[in-house]
Amino acid sequence: MNLYQFMLQNHTEVLELTLEHLWLVGISTILAVLIGIPLGILITRYPALNKPVLGGANIIQTIPSLALFGFLLPAPWIGERADRIAILALALYALLPMIRNTYVGIKGVDRAVIEAGRGMGLTDRQLLFQVELPLALGVIIAGVRVATVISVGLATIAAAIGAGGLGEYIFRGLAMVNNQVILAGAIPAAVMALLADLSLGWLEKRLSPN
Amino acid sequence: MTDAPDSRPAIEFRNVSYRLHGNGDAARVLLHDLNLEVRRGETLVLLGRSGSGKTTTLKLINRLLTPSKGELRVDSRPIHEWDVIRLRRMIGYVIQDVGLFPHFTVERNIGLVPKIEKWPTPRISKRVGELLQLVGLDPEIASRYPRELSGGQRQRVGVARALAADPPILLMDEPFGALDPITRAELQREFLNLQKRLRKTVVFVTHDLREALLLGTRIALMEAGRMIAVQTPEQFLASAEPLPCAYRDAFE
Repeated sequence: MNLYQFMLQNHTEVLELTLEHLWLVGISTILAVLIGIPLGILITRYPALNKPVLGGANIIQTIPSLALFGFLLPAPWIGERADRIAILALALYALLPMIRNTYVGIKGVDRAVIEAGRGMGLTDRQLLFQVELPLALGVIIAGVRVATVISVGLATIAAAIGAGGLGEYIFRGLAMVNNQVILAGAIPAAVMALLADLSLGWLEKRLSPN
Repeated sequence: MTDAPDSRPAIEFRNVSYRLHGNGDAARVLLHDLNLEVRRGETLVLLGRSGSGKTTTLKLINRLLTPSKGELRVDSRPIHEWDVIRLRRMIGYVIQDVGLFPHFTVERNIGLVPKIEKWPTPRISKRVGELLQLVGLDPEIASRYPRELSGGQRQRVGVARALAADPPILLMDEPFGALDPITRAELQREFLNLQKRLRKTVVFVTHDLREALLLGTRIALMEAGRMIAVQTPEQFLASAEPLPCAYRDAFE
Protein backbone atom coordinates (compact mmCIF):
# COMPACT_ATOMS: atom_id res chain seq x y z
CA MET A 1 0.00 0.00 0.00
CA ASN A 2 1.49 3.32 -0.99
CA LEU A 3 1.12 6.62 0.81
CA TYR A 4 -1.60 7.88 -1.50
CA GLN A 5 -3.73 4.80 -0.95
CA PHE A 6 -3.15 4.95 2.80
CA MET A 7 -4.30 8.54 3.05
CA LEU A 8 -7.28 7.91 0.82
CA GLN A 9 -8.36 4.97 2.88
CA ASN A 10 -7.94 6.82 6.16
CA HIS A 11 -9.03 10.22 4.96
CA THR A 12 -11.40 10.85 7.89
CA GLU A 13 -8.65 10.07 10.36
CA VAL A 14 -6.14 12.20 8.46
CA LEU A 15 -8.59 15.08 8.49
CA GLU A 16 -9.35 14.60 12.16
CA LEU A 17 -5.69 14.56 13.16
CA THR A 18 -4.99 17.57 10.95
CA LEU A 19 -7.79 19.51 12.62
CA GLU A 20 -6.52 18.46 16.04
CA HIS A 21 -3.09 19.64 15.04
CA LEU A 22 -4.46 22.95 13.84
CA TRP A 23 -6.36 23.33 17.11
CA LEU A 24 -3.23 22.75 19.19
CA VAL A 25 -1.15 25.19 17.14
CA GLY A 26 -3.91 27.78 16.74
CA ILE A 27 -4.97 28.01 20.37
CA SER A 28 -1.40 27.98 21.67
CA THR A 29 -0.36 30.68 19.20
CA ILE A 30 -3.30 32.89 20.17
CA LEU A 31 -2.42 32.36 23.82
CA ALA A 32 1.22 33.28 23.14
CA VAL A 33 0.18 36.40 21.21
CA LEU A 34 -2.10 37.51 24.05
CA ILE A 35 0.64 37.06 26.63
CA GLY A 36 3.79 37.73 24.62
CA ILE A 37 2.91 41.00 22.90
CA PRO A 38 1.78 42.78 26.09
CA LEU A 39 4.90 41.48 27.83
CA GLY A 40 7.03 42.80 24.98
CA ILE A 41 5.35 46.20 25.28
CA LEU A 42 5.76 46.14 29.06
CA ILE A 43 9.52 45.72 28.91
CA THR A 44 9.85 48.71 26.57
CA ARG A 45 8.19 50.78 29.33
CA TYR A 46 9.97 49.23 32.30
CA PRO A 47 13.55 48.45 31.28
CA ALA A 48 14.23 46.85 34.67
CA LEU A 49 11.89 44.00 33.66
CA ASN A 50 13.76 43.44 30.41
CA LYS A 51 16.29 40.93 31.71
CA PRO A 52 13.99 38.83 33.91
CA VAL A 53 11.27 38.59 31.24
CA LEU A 54 13.51 37.84 28.26
CA GLY A 55 15.69 35.63 30.46
CA GLY A 56 12.69 33.67 31.65
CA ALA A 57 11.37 33.15 28.12
CA ASN A 58 14.85 32.12 27.08
CA ILE A 59 15.13 29.50 29.83
CA ILE A 60 11.79 27.99 28.78
CA GLN A 61 13.22 27.55 25.28
CA THR A 62 16.08 25.48 26.64
CA ILE A 63 13.78 22.90 28.28
CA PRO A 64 13.47 19.83 26.03
CA SER A 65 9.88 19.60 24.82
CA LEU A 66 9.18 16.11 26.12
CA ALA A 67 10.45 17.17 29.54
CA LEU A 68 8.23 20.28 29.50
CA PHE A 69 5.19 18.12 28.72
CA GLY A 70 6.19 15.96 31.64
CA PHE A 71 6.65 18.91 34.02
CA LEU A 72 3.14 20.15 33.27
CA LEU A 73 1.55 16.77 33.97
CA PRO A 74 1.03 17.41 37.71
CA ALA A 75 -0.26 20.97 37.16
CA PRO A 76 -3.82 21.50 38.46
CA TRP A 77 -6.57 21.70 35.75
CA ILE A 78 -3.94 21.79 33.01
CA GLY A 79 -2.63 18.33 33.86
CA GLU A 80 -6.06 16.77 33.64
CA ARG A 81 -6.09 16.68 29.85
CA ALA A 82 -3.27 16.03 27.45
CA ASP A 83 -4.38 18.71 24.96
CA ARG A 84 -4.29 21.37 27.69
CA ILE A 85 -0.75 20.37 28.56
CA ALA A 86 0.27 20.47 24.91
CA ILE A 87 -1.33 23.86 24.32
CA LEU A 88 0.31 25.42 27.36
CA ALA A 89 3.70 23.97 26.47
CA LEU A 90 3.47 25.18 22.87
CA ALA A 91 2.39 28.62 24.04
CA LEU A 92 5.35 28.79 26.43
CA TYR A 93 7.76 27.94 23.60
CA ALA A 94 6.18 30.58 21.38
CA LEU A 95 6.60 33.30 24.00
CA LEU A 96 10.21 34.15 23.31
CA PRO A 97 9.86 35.14 19.64
CA MET A 98 6.70 37.10 20.46
CA ILE A 99 8.22 39.05 23.34
CA ARG A 100 11.54 39.60 21.63
CA ASN A 101 10.11 40.75 18.33
CA THR A 102 7.61 43.08 19.98
CA TYR A 103 10.42 44.60 22.02
CA VAL A 104 12.85 44.86 19.12
CA GLY A 105 10.14 46.18 16.80
CA ILE A 106 9.18 48.99 19.14
CA LYS A 107 12.76 49.82 20.06
CA GLY A 108 13.61 49.91 16.37
CA VAL A 109 11.22 52.75 15.61
CA ASP A 110 13.18 55.82 14.49
CA ARG A 111 14.12 57.84 17.58
CA ALA A 112 13.37 61.11 15.80
CA VAL A 113 9.80 59.95 15.20
CA ILE A 114 9.34 59.08 18.87
CA GLU A 115 10.87 62.35 20.00
CA ALA A 116 8.72 64.39 17.63
CA GLY A 117 5.65 62.52 18.87
CA ARG A 118 6.49 63.10 22.52
CA GLY A 119 7.43 66.70 21.84
CA MET A 120 4.10 67.44 20.19
CA GLY A 121 2.25 66.20 23.24
CA LEU A 122 1.19 62.64 22.50
CA THR A 123 0.44 60.66 25.64
CA ASP A 124 2.31 57.41 26.10
CA ARG A 125 -0.80 55.48 25.09
CA GLN A 126 -1.27 57.56 21.92
CA LEU A 127 2.37 57.16 21.07
CA LEU A 128 2.09 53.38 21.53
CA PHE A 129 -1.08 52.79 19.56
CA GLN A 130 -0.74 55.44 16.86
CA VAL A 131 2.98 55.34 16.25
CA GLU A 132 5.01 52.57 17.86
CA LEU A 133 2.76 49.55 17.32
CA PRO A 134 1.82 50.36 13.71
CA LEU A 135 5.48 50.89 12.87
CA ALA A 136 6.56 47.74 14.71
CA LEU A 137 3.77 45.57 13.32
CA GLY A 138 5.86 44.00 10.57
CA VAL A 139 8.52 42.87 13.04
CA ILE A 140 5.88 41.63 15.49
CA ILE A 141 4.17 39.56 12.79
CA ALA A 142 7.57 38.15 11.86
CA GLY A 143 7.78 36.90 15.45
CA VAL A 144 4.33 35.32 15.21
CA ARG A 145 5.42 33.69 11.96
CA VAL A 146 8.56 32.13 13.40
CA ALA A 147 6.66 30.96 16.49
CA THR A 148 3.85 29.41 14.43
CA VAL A 149 6.14 27.51 12.10
CA ILE A 150 8.11 26.12 15.03
CA SER A 151 4.85 25.26 16.79
CA VAL A 152 3.57 23.17 13.86
CA GLY A 153 6.66 20.99 14.08
CA LEU A 154 6.76 20.90 17.85
CA ALA A 155 3.10 19.94 18.10
CA THR A 156 3.86 16.54 16.55
CA ILE A 157 5.61 15.62 19.78
CA ALA A 158 2.39 16.30 21.69
CA ALA A 159 1.15 12.92 20.47
CA ALA A 160 3.65 11.32 22.84
CA ILE A 161 1.50 12.40 25.79
CA GLY A 162 -1.72 11.53 24.00
CA ALA A 163 -2.69 15.03 22.91
CA GLY A 164 -3.42 13.88 19.37
CA GLY A 165 -2.50 15.73 16.21
CA LEU A 166 -0.47 14.53 13.24
CA GLY A 167 2.23 13.26 15.57
CA GLU A 168 -0.04 10.24 16.13
CA TYR A 169 0.91 8.94 12.68
CA ILE A 170 4.55 9.67 13.20
CA PHE A 171 4.73 7.78 16.49
CA ARG A 172 2.54 4.98 15.14
CA GLY A 173 4.70 4.71 12.04
CA LEU A 174 7.83 4.60 14.15
CA ALA A 175 6.38 1.80 16.26
CA MET A 176 5.29 -0.12 13.17
CA VAL A 177 8.52 0.66 11.32
CA ASN A 178 6.30 1.85 8.49
CA ASN A 179 7.49 4.84 6.51
CA GLN A 180 4.13 5.38 4.79
CA VAL A 181 2.45 5.96 8.13
CA ILE A 182 5.20 8.32 9.27
CA LEU A 183 4.87 10.30 6.07
CA ALA A 184 1.09 10.43 6.45
CA GLY A 185 1.74 12.49 9.55
CA ALA A 186 4.85 14.34 8.45
CA ILE A 187 3.69 15.56 5.05
CA PRO A 188 0.47 17.27 6.17
CA ALA A 189 2.44 18.83 9.04
CA ALA A 190 5.06 20.12 6.63
CA VAL A 191 2.38 21.51 4.32
CA MET A 192 0.73 23.20 7.29
CA ALA A 193 4.02 24.79 8.33
CA LEU A 194 4.63 25.96 4.78
CA LEU A 195 1.16 27.49 4.48
CA ALA A 196 1.50 29.22 7.82
CA ASP A 197 4.87 30.60 6.76
CA LEU A 198 3.57 31.85 3.42
CA SER A 199 0.40 33.45 4.74
CA LEU A 200 2.05 35.12 7.72
CA GLY A 201 4.91 36.19 5.47
CA TRP A 202 2.40 37.84 3.19
CA LEU A 203 0.76 39.54 6.17
CA GLU A 204 4.14 40.68 7.45
CA LYS A 205 4.92 42.30 4.13
CA ARG A 206 1.54 43.98 3.91
CA LEU A 207 1.70 45.39 7.40
CA SER A 208 5.28 46.63 7.26
CA PRO A 209 5.39 50.38 6.75
CA ASN A 210 7.10 51.41 3.50
CA MET B 1 -3.52 86.69 32.41
CA THR B 2 -3.63 89.99 34.29
CA ASP B 3 -2.72 93.38 32.87
CA ALA B 4 -0.03 93.85 30.24
CA PRO B 5 0.68 90.18 29.56
CA ASP B 6 3.09 91.05 26.75
CA SER B 7 5.60 92.59 29.10
CA ARG B 8 6.13 89.30 30.87
CA PRO B 9 8.60 86.84 29.40
CA ALA B 10 7.20 83.78 27.65
CA ILE B 11 9.93 81.56 29.04
CA GLU B 12 12.23 82.17 32.00
CA PHE B 13 15.21 80.17 33.22
CA ARG B 14 16.36 80.97 36.75
CA ASN B 15 19.60 79.31 37.86
CA VAL B 16 18.67 76.17 35.98
CA SER B 17 21.13 73.29 36.02
CA TYR B 18 20.82 69.95 34.37
CA ARG B 19 22.96 66.93 35.10
CA LEU B 20 22.84 63.36 33.90
CA HIS B 21 21.99 60.86 36.60
CA GLY B 22 24.70 58.52 37.73
CA ASN B 23 27.72 58.37 39.96
CA GLY B 24 31.22 59.70 39.51
CA ASP B 25 32.09 60.30 35.90
CA ALA B 26 28.61 59.32 34.74
CA ALA B 27 27.09 62.28 36.58
CA ARG B 28 27.94 64.89 33.98
CA VAL B 29 26.69 68.41 34.40
CA LEU B 30 25.30 69.51 31.04
CA LEU B 31 23.99 72.91 32.07
CA HIS B 32 25.37 75.22 34.76
CA ASP B 33 23.20 77.83 36.42
CA LEU B 34 21.39 78.98 33.34
CA ASN B 35 19.60 82.33 33.43
CA LEU B 36 17.60 83.38 30.41
CA GLU B 37 14.42 85.18 29.49
CA VAL B 38 12.69 84.66 26.20
CA ARG B 39 10.40 87.52 25.26
CA ARG B 40 7.04 87.10 23.63
CA GLY B 41 7.18 87.18 19.85
CA GLU B 42 10.95 87.20 19.58
CA THR B 43 13.22 84.69 17.90
CA LEU B 44 15.88 83.78 20.39
CA VAL B 45 18.72 81.87 18.82
CA LEU B 46 20.78 79.52 20.96
CA LEU B 47 24.17 79.53 19.32
CA GLY B 48 27.01 77.26 20.31
CA ARG B 49 29.13 74.36 19.22
CA SER B 50 28.14 70.71 19.52
CA GLY B 51 27.81 69.68 23.15
CA SER B 52 27.45 73.22 24.45
CA GLY B 53 24.00 72.50 25.88
CA LYS B 54 21.72 74.10 23.27
CA THR B 55 19.54 71.08 22.65
CA THR B 56 19.42 70.28 26.37
CA THR B 57 18.19 73.81 27.03
CA LEU B 58 15.49 73.39 24.39
CA LYS B 59 14.30 70.05 25.72
CA LEU B 60 13.91 71.51 29.20
CA ILE B 61 11.30 73.90 27.81
CA ASN B 62 8.92 71.18 26.59
CA ARG B 63 9.89 68.95 29.48
CA LEU B 64 11.46 66.21 27.42
CA LEU B 65 14.07 66.75 30.16
CA THR B 66 13.55 67.90 33.74
CA PRO B 67 15.85 70.45 35.41
CA SER B 68 18.03 69.10 38.21
CA LYS B 69 18.09 72.49 39.92
CA GLY B 70 16.63 75.95 39.55
CA GLU B 71 13.33 77.21 38.26
CA LEU B 72 11.92 77.26 34.77
CA ARG B 73 8.70 79.11 33.95
CA VAL B 74 6.61 79.01 30.84
CA ASP B 75 3.95 81.70 30.61
CA SER B 76 4.92 82.78 34.14
CA ARG B 77 3.98 79.38 35.48
CA PRO B 78 6.58 77.01 36.99
CA ILE B 79 7.08 74.21 34.53
CA HIS B 80 6.32 71.41 36.98
CA GLU B 81 2.87 72.88 37.61
CA TRP B 82 1.92 72.42 33.98
CA ASP B 83 0.18 69.31 32.82
CA VAL B 84 2.97 68.02 30.61
CA ILE B 85 0.68 67.11 27.72
CA ARG B 86 -1.05 70.53 27.76
CA LEU B 87 2.36 72.20 27.92
CA ARG B 88 3.69 70.30 24.92
CA ARG B 89 0.60 70.97 22.84
CA MET B 90 1.08 74.70 23.23
CA ILE B 91 4.70 74.38 22.17
CA GLY B 92 5.48 73.46 18.58
CA TYR B 93 8.59 71.32 18.18
CA VAL B 94 10.69 71.03 15.04
CA ILE B 95 13.83 68.88 14.95
CA GLN B 96 16.61 68.38 12.44
CA ASP B 97 15.58 64.81 11.60
CA VAL B 98 11.99 66.04 11.21
CA GLY B 99 10.53 62.82 12.62
CA LEU B 100 7.49 62.68 10.37
CA PHE B 101 5.35 59.60 11.00
CA PRO B 102 6.29 57.39 8.04
CA HIS B 103 3.00 55.46 8.11
CA PHE B 104 0.84 58.60 7.94
CA THR B 105 0.16 60.78 4.92
CA VAL B 106 1.23 64.42 5.04
CA GLU B 107 -2.34 65.34 5.93
CA ARG B 108 -2.47 62.94 8.90
CA ASN B 109 0.98 64.02 10.03
CA ILE B 110 -0.05 67.66 10.17
CA GLY B 111 -3.54 66.94 11.47
CA LEU B 112 -2.58 64.53 14.25
CA VAL B 113 -2.67 66.93 17.19
CA PRO B 114 -5.87 68.66 15.97
CA LYS B 115 -7.41 65.21 15.59
CA ILE B 116 -6.39 64.21 19.10
CA GLU B 117 -7.81 67.51 20.29
CA LYS B 118 -11.05 66.37 18.63
CA TRP B 119 -11.36 69.07 16.00
CA PRO B 120 -14.09 68.28 13.47
CA THR B 121 -12.69 66.67 10.31
CA PRO B 122 -13.59 69.49 7.87
CA ARG B 123 -11.82 71.97 10.13
CA ILE B 124 -8.71 69.77 10.18
CA SER B 125 -8.66 69.47 6.37
CA LYS B 126 -9.06 73.20 6.01
CA ARG B 127 -6.27 73.83 8.51
CA VAL B 128 -3.96 71.38 6.74
CA GLY B 129 -4.57 73.19 3.44
CA GLU B 130 -3.84 76.57 5.02
CA LEU B 131 -0.68 75.33 6.67
CA LEU B 132 0.67 73.71 3.51
CA GLN B 133 0.26 77.01 1.70
CA LEU B 134 1.77 78.87 4.62
CA VAL B 135 4.97 76.81 4.41
CA GLY B 136 5.08 77.09 0.63
CA LEU B 137 3.83 73.66 -0.38
CA ASP B 138 1.25 72.64 -2.94
CA PRO B 139 -1.86 71.45 -1.02
CA GLU B 140 -1.99 68.51 -3.43
CA ILE B 141 0.92 67.05 -1.49
CA ALA B 142 -1.46 66.27 1.42
CA SER B 143 -2.14 62.71 0.29
CA ARG B 144 1.52 61.78 -0.10
CA TYR B 145 3.67 59.82 2.32
CA PRO B 146 6.84 61.29 3.84
CA ARG B 147 9.07 58.93 1.84
CA GLU B 148 7.74 60.49 -1.35
CA LEU B 149 8.98 63.96 -0.39
CA SER B 150 12.31 65.71 -0.78
CA GLY B 151 14.29 66.77 2.29
CA GLY B 152 13.16 70.37 1.99
CA GLN B 153 9.53 69.37 1.56
CA ARG B 154 9.76 67.11 4.58
CA GLN B 155 11.09 69.87 6.78
CA ARG B 156 8.35 72.22 5.54
CA VAL B 157 5.79 69.59 6.54
CA GLY B 158 7.59 69.35 9.89
CA VAL B 159 7.13 73.08 10.40
CA ALA B 160 3.48 72.88 9.32
CA ARG B 161 2.90 70.04 11.77
CA ALA B 162 4.43 72.04 14.61
CA LEU B 163 2.14 74.97 13.78
CA ALA B 164 -1.00 72.84 13.42
CA ALA B 165 -2.73 73.67 16.68
CA ASP B 166 -1.45 77.26 16.56
CA PRO B 167 0.91 77.06 19.54
CA PRO B 168 2.22 80.39 20.89
CA ILE B 169 5.72 78.95 21.31
CA LEU B 170 7.89 77.20 18.75
CA LEU B 171 11.06 75.25 19.53
CA MET B 172 13.33 74.59 16.57
CA ASP B 173 16.37 72.34 16.92
CA GLU B 174 18.67 72.90 13.93
CA PRO B 175 15.66 72.54 11.65
CA PHE B 176 17.56 73.41 8.49
CA GLY B 177 20.83 71.72 9.43
CA ALA B 178 20.43 68.69 7.16
CA LEU B 179 19.41 70.60 4.04
CA ASP B 180 21.52 71.60 1.05
CA PRO B 181 22.66 75.25 1.09
CA ILE B 182 20.14 76.47 -1.50
CA THR B 183 17.15 74.81 0.13
CA ARG B 184 18.39 76.01 3.51
CA ALA B 185 18.55 79.62 2.32
CA GLU B 186 15.05 79.25 0.89
CA LEU B 187 13.64 77.93 4.15
CA GLN B 188 15.44 80.60 6.16
CA ARG B 189 13.85 83.32 4.03
CA GLU B 190 10.45 81.71 4.37
CA PHE B 191 10.91 81.39 8.10
CA LEU B 192 11.54 85.14 8.32
CA ASN B 193 8.40 85.91 6.33
CA LEU B 194 6.39 83.46 8.38
CA GLN B 195 7.64 84.90 11.63
CA LYS B 196 6.80 88.43 10.49
CA ARG B 197 3.20 87.32 10.11
CA LEU B 198 2.82 84.91 13.00
CA ARG B 199 4.92 86.55 15.71
CA LYS B 200 5.44 83.30 17.62
CA THR B 201 7.84 83.06 20.49
CA VAL B 202 10.62 81.05 18.87
CA VAL B 203 13.66 79.42 20.44
CA PHE B 204 15.95 78.38 17.62
CA VAL B 205 19.03 76.20 18.03
CA THR B 206 21.90 76.42 15.56
CA HIS B 207 25.68 76.27 15.37
CA ASP B 208 25.68 78.36 12.22
CA LEU B 209 26.55 81.99 12.95
CA ARG B 210 25.13 83.22 9.64
CA GLU B 211 21.80 81.59 10.41
CA ALA B 212 21.83 83.05 13.92
CA LEU B 213 22.53 86.58 12.62
CA LEU B 214 19.90 86.28 9.92
CA LEU B 215 17.04 84.86 11.99
CA GLY B 216 17.66 85.95 15.56
CA THR B 217 16.10 88.87 17.36
CA ARG B 218 18.67 88.06 20.00
CA ILE B 219 21.49 85.55 20.13
CA ALA B 220 22.26 83.56 23.25
CA LEU B 221 25.79 82.27 23.03
CA MET B 222 26.49 79.01 24.84
CA GLU B 223 29.71 77.23 25.62
CA ALA B 224 30.31 74.09 27.70
CA GLY B 225 26.92 74.22 29.38
CA ARG B 226 27.09 77.90 30.28
CA MET B 227 25.34 80.94 28.90
CA ILE B 228 28.11 83.31 27.81
CA ALA B 229 26.11 86.27 26.57
CA VAL B 230 22.71 87.26 25.22
CA GLN B 231 23.00 89.97 22.57
CA THR B 232 21.31 91.39 19.51
CA PRO B 233 22.98 90.44 16.22
CA GLU B 234 24.46 93.99 16.02
CA GLN B 235 25.96 93.73 19.49
CA PHE B 236 27.28 90.30 18.65
CA LEU B 237 29.03 91.59 15.55
CA ALA B 238 30.52 94.51 17.45
CA SER B 239 31.57 92.49 20.45
CA ALA B 240 35.24 92.40 21.40
CA GLU B 241 34.80 89.37 23.68
CA PRO B 242 36.96 86.41 22.68
CA LEU B 243 34.17 83.93 21.95
CA PRO B 244 32.12 86.12 19.58
CA CYS B 245 35.40 87.03 17.88
CA ALA B 246 36.23 83.35 17.47
CA TYR B 247 32.85 82.76 15.83
CA ARG B 248 33.28 85.70 13.50
CA ASP B 249 36.72 84.42 12.50
CA ALA B 250 35.39 80.93 11.91
CA PHE B 251 32.70 82.26 9.56
CA GLU B 252 34.82 84.85 7.74
